[in-house]
Amino acid sequence: MWKTVLRRILIMIPQLIILSILVFFLAKMMPGDPFSGQINPNTDPKQIEALKRAAGLYDPVPVQYARWVGNLFKGDLGTSYIQHVPVTSLIADRAVNTFWLSLFSTVISYSIAIPMGISAGRHQDEWQDQAVQIFNYITLAVPPFVFYILGIWLFGFTLGWFPISGSISPNASGFWGTLGSEIYHIILPGTLVALITTTSVVQYLRTGIVDNKVEDYVRTAHSKGVPEKVVFNKHILRNSLLPIASSFGTVITGLLSGSMIVESVFSYPGMGKLFLDSIGQRDYTTLTALILIFGFLTLLGNLLSDIIMSIVDPRIRIK
Amino acid sequence: MAKEIIQVKNLKVHYPIRSGFWNRITDYVRAVDDISITINEGETYGLIGESGSGKSTTGKAIVGVEPVTSGSILYKGVDITKAKNRRKLNYNKDVQMIFQDSMSSLNPRKRIEDIIAEPIRNFENLTTDQERERVQELLDIVGMPSDSIYKYPHEFSGGQRQRIGVARAVATNPRLIVADEPTSALDLSVQAQVLNFMKHIQQQYNIAYLFISHDLGVVKHMSENLAIMHRGRLVEIGSREDIYKHPMHIYTKRLLSAIPQVDVEHREEHKKHRQEVEQEFQNDQDKWYDKDGRVFPLQQVSGKHLVALPKDELNEEKINEKEGA
Amino acid sequence: MEKQSDLLLDIQHLHTAYRLNGKFYDAADDINLTLKRNEILSIVGESGCGKSTIASSIIGLYDHKNTKVTGDILYNELNLVGLNENLFNKIRGDKIGMIFQDPLASLNPLMRVGDQVAETLYYHTDMNEKERHNRVIELFNQVGMPKPEETFQMYPFELSGGLRQRVVIAMAIACKPEIIIADEPTTALDVTIQAQILDLLEDIQKQSQSGIILITHDLGVVAETADQVAVMYGGQIVEKADVKTVFEHPLHPYTRSLLNSMPQSEDEEEDLHVIQGTVPSLQDMPRNGDRFAARIPWIPASAHEENPVMHEVEPGHWVRCTCWKTFHFQDEVGGE
Repeated sequence: MWKTVLRRILIMIPQLIILSILVFFLAKMMPGDPFSGQINPNTDPKQIEALKRAAGLYDPVPVQYARWVGNLFKGDLGTSYIQHVPVTSLIADRAVNTFWLSLFSTVISYSIAIPMGISAGRHQDEWQDQAVQIFNYITLAVPPFVFYILGIWLFGFTLGWFPISGSISPNASGFWGTLGSEIYHIILPGTLVALITTTSVVQYLRTGIVDNKVEDYVRTAHSKGVPEKVVFNKHILRNSLLPIASSFGTVITGLLSGSMIVESVFSYPGMGKLFLDSIGQRDYTTLTALILIFGFLTLLGNLLSDIIMSIVDPRIRIK
Repeated sequence: MAKEIIQVKNLKVHYPIRSGFWNRITDYVRAVDDISITINEGETYGLIGESGSGKSTTGKAIVGVEPVTSGSILYKGVDITKAKNRRKLNYNKDVQMIFQDSMSSLNPRKRIEDIIAEPIRNFENLTTDQERERVQELLDIVGMPSDSIYKYPHEFSGGQRQRIGVARAVATNPRLIVADEPTSALDLSVQAQVLNFMKHIQQQYNIAYLFISHDLGVVKHMSENLAIMHRGRLVEIGSREDIYKHPMHIYTKRLLSAIPQVDVEHREEHKKHRQEVEQEFQNDQDKWYDKDGRVFPLQQVSGKHLVALPKDELNEEKINEKEGA
Repeated sequence: MEKQSDLLLDIQHLHTAYRLNGKFYDAADDINLTLKRNEILSIVGESGCGKSTIASSIIGLYDHKNTKVTGDILYNELNLVGLNENLFNKIRGDKIGMIFQDPLASLNPLMRVGDQVAETLYYHTDMNEKERHNRVIELFNQVGMPKPEETFQMYPFELSGGLRQRVVIAMAIACKPEIIIADEPTTALDVTIQAQILDLLEDIQKQSQSGIILITHDLGVVAETADQVAVMYGGQIVEKADVKTVFEHPLHPYTRSLLNSMPQSEDEEEDLHVIQGTVPSLQDMPRNGDRFAARIPWIPASAHEENPVMHEVEPGHWVRCTCWKTFHFQDEVGGE
């Protein structure tokens, strides 16, 4: 198994190189350069030229790429055109927020989706199943932002249970006060995200159970005199959870892209909102840095899926 | 002497086995390992083997859908393992295939008319009316009602679908049909139907069959000449008489003895004989297989009868054969 | 006369009906069968004849919502028809062992094969884990598994077809059941492996003095292993006798036709016998008259009984309908 995992990690190296090249050229193609917005527009163009030359903008492309990668390793992603701060520090604060929001919604999402999937699969075509299917259609059909706005309107304005924007209340103080406020701000967006991201897990689990129920080995288990309940938990459910485990990585990637919408709607200072803001403000350095990070996290998510799969599925584990 | 239609010479199909950390090729699966057979015009050539023996791979290589590692397959004197030669000879029109699983080999979303007409469209330019006429004719040959053309594969039973598969294979007037386990999925009485008209079509149109099967009873009924395959190699080839009456290789004997016999009276003797042969097979592995477990090269015993004998066994067996005959 | 205890299973007037488009259709129609100790009873017929339906009715594994089972399946005075699930689970795996056709599909792909065999023991014995492990090793030895200890830790995909079926057999016999039901146990296997598995079943039957119900479509397998044979067509038993009688003096037209269509005859140039027409689907199966009549249309209707029943032609030899008396193959007399 370790061989498989190690080999899988090695495969990531060329993927990362390709990703970095793509992002590098994307950055090159974007209008502007590191000096845009930094320099007084009245400066002599010749002086700007000289600065650009000094910064190596006229070096051969491979040299530029090598320097860019070198900077990456030093944690230097450039400076934001708009905010005039290093992109790294700009993203770092937001990343923490997005991380907690994602973690919260993942946990909630799975704890809703798994019981729903089980109940739908177990009671196939009965009312439980139909209820779950209706829920799925709704969450699939309603655009996420409509769903979020409805949530804000109902739980934020009308009922006033939760704050509707930001990640922390300005007057929170002390360790517990800060933490409490942060959690309080995550609950509404996190839960709403969780609710609409259940679909794939529910469907995977439901289909898995429905398919496994009629498998021959389930009949074998029955023929051994294994009680119904045990057959379900030990044979059907366990085998149906396999695709769920493997989809874990992609679910995380999905959350990242989903974070853009929810963070914008809730004005939640995370990476997703930063991404959209950067587009709006044409902050290209931040944008390319975020694309690089999202790309990297996607690869990481897939790696995680494969590793989980190689742990839980003996057919992959044993070679 | 009948004219040969296909000559397979030293055919090898090897698949690399990758292993180790770097996934490098460490060995090969010798799916087909140096086999040579000759199929004559209008005859049924049986190819027998158990699962994993390489019989289906051989069939696919002959049809031209399996890349060949080395060796040649001669059709009209030209090596058709090269795609260029296949195109030049219209080989894919002359050589067709019938599969075991008729359900998955027929496109479920196409009507029977289109399924059967597909190969005709590929190779001939017919008007719609001519084409329909031809399809009707083909359905007639395999004994299907004429309104079948508007139906879809799932509306037919397994035996009927297999007949449609045969009609499709016959559509281009092929010289050779490779039939890979054509009746294994069918019930006995349906199998009889399919086998019967496969024979009738053969007589009518002088088609040669390569009949690939694990069922020795069926092959015996169908084939004049046959080959037994084991571990990617041929262990014995010969006429029906040679193989069924005078089997020589222990593996052939083992296969033959394992066929269930409808002879209740002698079933105890049969069982005893089978177990003796099995014992011999287990004990004499070094005698019948080389140190790598590979089957020896074939040696001629008599006429068409070739057996993979160890060198020193040959003379002894020849003498036995003469005495036995 | 046999002792009472020799009778393991007494099936009387069993009807098993499946719901199709809202209506129930008998897939097994008035089945009467007995299984005795030390006996291999073979149920033979083509696909859709109802032979597997009998197996699932005996062991009580069917979709309870869409299946209706009536009649009696008596096991030691206990009627298995309509038996409560908890009681049934005590019998399944313990008193009745089951072997299925496809050994790969019938094993849980994600569970070690040793654990799958041990699971049977867990529910029917007081053994602790260690004892169960030892018993599984013992069973693996009994079914001729080459490396029992190593195999215990393996997953189904790591084993060959023959070895998988040995695992399934070990599972079925783990609790020394009195009855073993084998549903097409060798159909998915190569012919040489088939022979070994059939020998193994016979050995097990002799050692344990159990009774085996062997369900198969393969007449050769029946001839080689069975003691008693029931031939089925269209949900009904059409002929029932000891194996020798069925193969040497078959009477029912279906049995005779089936035997004739085997490609085993010495005369290779002859056409094989073909049974006219096709088996009607469950919904289209005629419910009155002789179900096989439509496939032997040259036999006049008057030759068939209006409501064919089983007749004991000779002691122990039962044949449905009286049409066998006038039956001849189409080309034998008159013909077309």
